[in-house]
Amino acid sequence: MATLRQGLMALCACTLLAFTARADDLQDASRMLKAGQHQQALERVNKVLAAKPRDPQARFLKGLILTDQGNTRDAIDIFTKLTQDYPELPEPYNNLAVIYAAQGQYDKARVALEQSIRTHPSYATAYENLGDVYAKLASQAYDKALQIDSTNKGAQNKLSLVRELVGGTAAAPVAIAQKPAEKPAAEKPKPVAEKPKPVAEKPKPVAEKPAAVQKPAAADAGAEVLAAVNAWAEAWSKKDADAYLSYYAKDFKTPGKESRADWEKGRRTRIGSAKVIKVAIGSPKVTMSGSNEATVVFQQTYQSDTFKSAGRKTLVMSKADGRWQIREEKSS
Amino acid sequence: MRPLLAAVLAALAFAAPLLAAAAPTPEDRLSGVFEAIEANRLDDALKRVDELIRDYPNFRLAHLVRGDLLLARSRPLLTFGNVVKSVPQEKIDGLREEALARLRAHRQRPGEDRLPRQVLQLHSGQKHVFLVDSRRSRLYVFANADGRPRLIADFYVTLGKNGIEKTREGDQKTPVGVYHVTGNLPRSKLTDFYGAGAFPINYPNEWDKRQGRNGFGIWLHGVPSDVYSRPPRASDGCIVLANPDLESVGRYVQVGLTPVIIADEVEWSDAAAVEAERASLAAAIERWRTDWESRDTERYLTHYSARFAAPGQDLAGWSEHKRTVNGAKSWIKVGLSRVAMIRYPRERDFVVVTFDQDYRSSGLSNTMRKRQYWVKEAERWKIIYEGAG
Repeated sequence: MATLRQGLMALCACTLLAFTARADDLQDASRMLKAGQHQQALERVNKVLAAKPRDPQARFLKGLILTDQGNTRDAIDIFTKLTQDYPELPEPYNNLAVIYAAQGQYDKARVALEQSIRTHPSYATAYENLGDVYAKLASQAYDKALQIDSTNKGAQNKLSLVRELVGGTAAAPVAIAQKPAEKPAAEKPKPVAEKPKPVAEKPKPVAEKPAAVQKPAAADAGAEVLAAVNAWAEAWSKKDADAYLSYYAKDFKTPGKESRADWEKGRRTRIGSAKVIKVAIGSPKVTMSGSNEATVVFQQTYQSDTFKSAGRKTLVMSKADGRWQIREEKSS
Repeated sequence: MRPLLAAVLAALAFAAPLLAAAAPTPEDRLSGVFEAIEANRLDDALKRVDELIRDYPNFRLAHLVRGDLLLARSRPLLTFGNVVKSVPQEKIDGLREEALARLRAHRQRPGEDRLPRQVLQLHSGQKHVFLVDSRRSRLYVFANADGRPRLIADFYVTLGKNGIEKTREGDQKTPVGVYHVTGNLPRSKLTDFYGAGAFPINYPNEWDKRQGRNGFGIWLHGVPSDVYSRPPRASDGCIVLANPDLESVGRYVQVGLTPVIIADEVEWSDAAAVEAERASLAAAIERWRTDWESRDTERYLTHYSARFAAPGQDLAGWSEHKRTVNGAKSWIKVGLSRVAMIRYPRERDFVVVTFDQDYRSSGLSNTMRKRQYWVKEAERWKIIYEGAG
């Protein structure tokens, strides 16, 4: 869920600046949410809200928790009220749109995203989401044009949307936790690969230790990872489906819990049906979390004869038998 | 992506004044959408198509255009009707063809002074004549202005899946010829498939039967309630109109009187040329009438073609009969009134003439509606068929 992540990032930035009990509580709540402890997270947020009922960060986080819990009605309520109380914030509109889209209410999603963009004309996430919503609305219009019964398809559309727009509601909590990590890192002007030393000290939880994340990967390990990513993109651009698929680990988490075979088939079809594909990778950032684990975040530009998209991509990679392979792929 | 959309759709677009100043039809509004696209006012185009769909939620073509306008905001369009998922190609093609047919009809308006060559003369009782231009998927309604046709409305129509020139039952073609409306079936007597109502026509007519053409049940009718219109070639041979259009057409229909001419295309001609053809045939009819009155049966029979046939009679039988009947009379008076003359599509110099015949003689007298088919042979108009009309 690109959108939720972005939205949260903006708000969390403020949170970090205020070293208050509230901030600590909210950080804790974020972490709990990431860990899947929805109920605890909710309790913590409610504690903050009991003291400061109008607090936008707390309300926003509560909206995320509720969304993640599947309590869309209350989540919609919270985000809607946020748009009323803070019409200048684009994120609540955006997240509202994500929920509507997941419900198949693309017209409402469209309105919300357009408002989000009106609020912040440069809000890229809303633009990207809006593009998806327009495509969905177009698809519905075509169904009506061709008298295709979209009642059954509705469910499918919804699922595929969760995959595309959201990258999984599940991704949101992850993103939340990463947040503190990414933020400080981003302030650093320097590319990761140049960072000097200690690898792998901190195999794990990134979120708790912002400092740890900044800890650089070994230059050569980072370079190795990047080389693999570049080769992956090159295979994709060459429409070499075999080579492209070889960059995905056996335990790759397919989107939407598709079977590996179905997913591969889908990828082959997509790659095969395009006449031309061009994939470019911009400002990649490698974060090592062990000598055999890395997360790469970059700006991906995809262009084919029929489709164009740009957005942030995150690849979670691991090294096995001397090869870096992709275990998770997320778009934002 | 905007210029591309404009380029894709502008090929279809046009800017033409509307024929009538009446409330814009859905088709007028659709063309307004294309005008907006052509002018690269895509937001306006989307707004217009949204409004159109709000008013006509079953207008499939409008949904297709809306899909393109939305998709263009997400990615470049490659074609008109840029449906991404795999669907039967003929469904998309049908809508594309409908778009072309509707927009062409708007763009290619006949000039004010142009008349359909097919309509030589209407009689005073015929208030309207319908002309179907199958190439344009269009039904033109002409009012009778002192015997001359005056274009007052036109509508998009769906014709047979397999085109025109029906010859066999089940060939899913629309007949070509001169017909008239023979009935009026209201919605209440029909299934939803026929929509707002139906007007059967007299296919196969005398000429069709003589050519060995068969089949039956060719109607003008509406569309099912779940669509606004159907693709240009989709019926089993019937002429299908959007329900509001069928209702409009219905207001012009006189059962038994309103001619329905189905042609490859309307031959637009100038008034002088049509008048010259009309006058030449009118003179031949008048000579036939006076020769009949003269009781000079041989001269009267020179008006009949060697290929003549009446119901149950060839030329020899007809001649024999006329010689007997005419010879027995001491006087004959023939009066013709309410004469209509309509040129037959596809056939060369071939005209359907109908009139009221007031026959009086020293023996029998009677009045009847008669139909004759006249054909030009060696520069002379001759009768090739004669029967009750």
